[in-house]
Amino acid sequence: MLNSFMSYLGSTVTPGEAGNQFWALIYVLIIFTGVSVAVICMNWLERKALAHFQVRLGPMRVGPHGLLQPIADALKLMLKEDIIPAEADQFVFWIAPLIGLLAAFTVYTVIPFGPSQAVSDMNIGILFMLGVSSLGVLGIVVAGWASNSHYPLIGALRSSAQMVSYEVAMGLAVVSAILMTSMNASGTGTLSMIGIVQAQQQQGVWFIFKFFPLGFIAFAIFAIAMVAETNRAPFDLAEAESELTAGFHTEYSGLRWSLFMLAEYAAMIAVSSIAVTLWLGGWMRPFPNLLHAPAWDFIFSLFPGITFGGLAAIAFIGTARMPSHSFFKIQRIGLAVFAALLGFLALLLLVIAVAGRSADASLAARFREGIDYVYWFVLKVAVFMYLFIWYRATWPRYRFDQLMKIGWKVMLPISIGVLMLTAIWALVEPPLWEWMRAHI
Amino acid sequence: MIPVATPWFFYVLAGLAVASGLAVITRRNAVHSALALIVTLLSVAGLYLMLYAPFVAGVQIIVYAGGIMVLFLFVIMLVNIDRAAKERQFNRMWPVGLVAAGTLFALFLSAFLKGKGLFPDRMMRLAEASNTQEIANMLYGEAGRMGQYTFAFEIASLLLLVAILGAVIMTKKKI
Repeated sequence: MLNSFMSYLGSTVTPGEAGNQFWALIYVLIIFTGVSVAVICMNWLERKALAHFQVRLGPMRVGPHGLLQPIADALKLMLKEDIIPAEADQFVFWIAPLIGLLAAFTVYTVIPFGPSQAVSDMNIGILFMLGVSSLGVLGIVVAGWASNSHYPLIGALRSSAQMVSYEVAMGLAVVSAILMTSMNASGTGTLSMIGIVQAQQQQGVWFIFKFFPLGFIAFAIFAIAMVAETNRAPFDLAEAESELTAGFHTEYSGLRWSLFMLAEYAAMIAVSSIAVTLWLGGWMRPFPNLLHAPAWDFIFSLFPGITFGGLAAIAFIGTARMPSHSFFKIQRIGLAVFAALLGFLALLLLVIAVAGRSADASLAARFREGIDYVYWFVLKVAVFMYLFIWYRATWPRYRFDQLMKIGWKVMLPISIGVLMLTAIWALVEPPLWEWMRAHI
Repeated sequence: MIPVATPWFFYVLAGLAVASGLAVITRRNAVHSALALIVTLLSVAGLYLMLYAPFVAGVQIIVYAGGIMVLFLFVIMLVNIDRAAKERQFNRMWPVGLVAAGTLFALFLSAFLKGKGLFPDRMMRLAEASNTQEIANMLYGEAGRMGQYTFAFEIASLLLLVAILGAVIMTKKKI
């Protein structure tokens, strides 16, 4: 038992590839916990950031700077009465949030947090991700219908029309990125998520910069379509509160409602990870080919520690700036403890970075590598999550006809054009280089 | 590595497909039927996976479960369910249906009884790791060697294009 445990730690394959059910289960649990924690953080950050965008303070009462607010919210939602309307379709009403949640969490099996830090590497990885995440809309549609009420039904209709429309442009943008993976000696591309990142490493360029500006346009189309796919502002017509109360989840309350929220945020993280994997180099640190000396490896491996150190410093500044009134004493102590915890984490990460700085196959080195991969991946995803909040604070909601117009008359033609141009460029470029080498 | 394609998985998936398929035609409520159909499609996708055809399984999920079923639900939701549920579920076409079902069953039975002569004795199995690439070779590869399906594939896509154009023409009064 312990032997097999240790032997896996030294190997460099995903649990799925090794056929190791035990480690697969451990990975699933880690990812599930990680995503849930990320959703909690995101909840706090969104309320806080939105508040500051609007020159408010946001949650301040529950814990220092409202840090415990998500926990209080979760408790409230769990204890709240769970109402099923009498006229609703009981079974479908009950199962709808579960469909959304299942679809949102299943895609995490193929998300590559590192070359071996994924549950499994499927040959059809990106196809699987797009397919399963598109099942999420079923949960919304069915919830709106089962509520047997007007606003939810309209919300569900809007959301299904919207998701089907934007999926087309999204899929075409993804295809143009997959085309780029075939620009190697053998001329064969790949759909595997890990393979896509490795192709970017091999070609020495993130696909967002490849065939400039084609890669960037495809990325931009995906970035817009993914906001629409996840029903977030400015495309949140399915839950437009000024017109539809709360859209498809008007009749939901308590735990079931919170499952919808969990699914929404999990889906946001999932689509952001697709964007990061396809266009932003996945787990790779900046300039892995240009600055590949061990010294650079060491410098970049300090980043996780420095990040947490920065967070700890912010928390310490917050502690110092707390009003000195005795009323704030407990909050002050709490924030100081939180800062100390963050500082301890930073120290731990720095120690690992120093201990694993040699590039041999020792356990510490492997561990350091793993932390690096996960750190850069999560950092890139976190930028997207912040963008989601930023969009919401900045742009007003679109009208539904405008939304459809953008989807079908702007994004779809552009993405088809980009796909064609990418294919042409990919065909023309290698012979052109050949010719230039021969004649110039 | 333990293979996933065990008989146990096959019976669970096949049973699920048949049971939910029955639910599709027996439920009075159209939305319940559609949900049952989604379960059928997903379990068929699982069967494709067991046949070492991950690409087909992925496409099944995207196109059928994710795309077509959402449109089905979209249309069904616009139907007045209360009235539809009160209407007679079976019309007088059932003898024709019975004949069709009987013929299909006879076909299956004959295939089951003397399938050995009808089909090639070796199942073509594409390597799982390069499944997608192999399919691409079969569809677009050189005409003599691998790409024997290019023509059929392109004709099928042309047919779909014609269907799309037909739908547009039928909905638009003036083009």
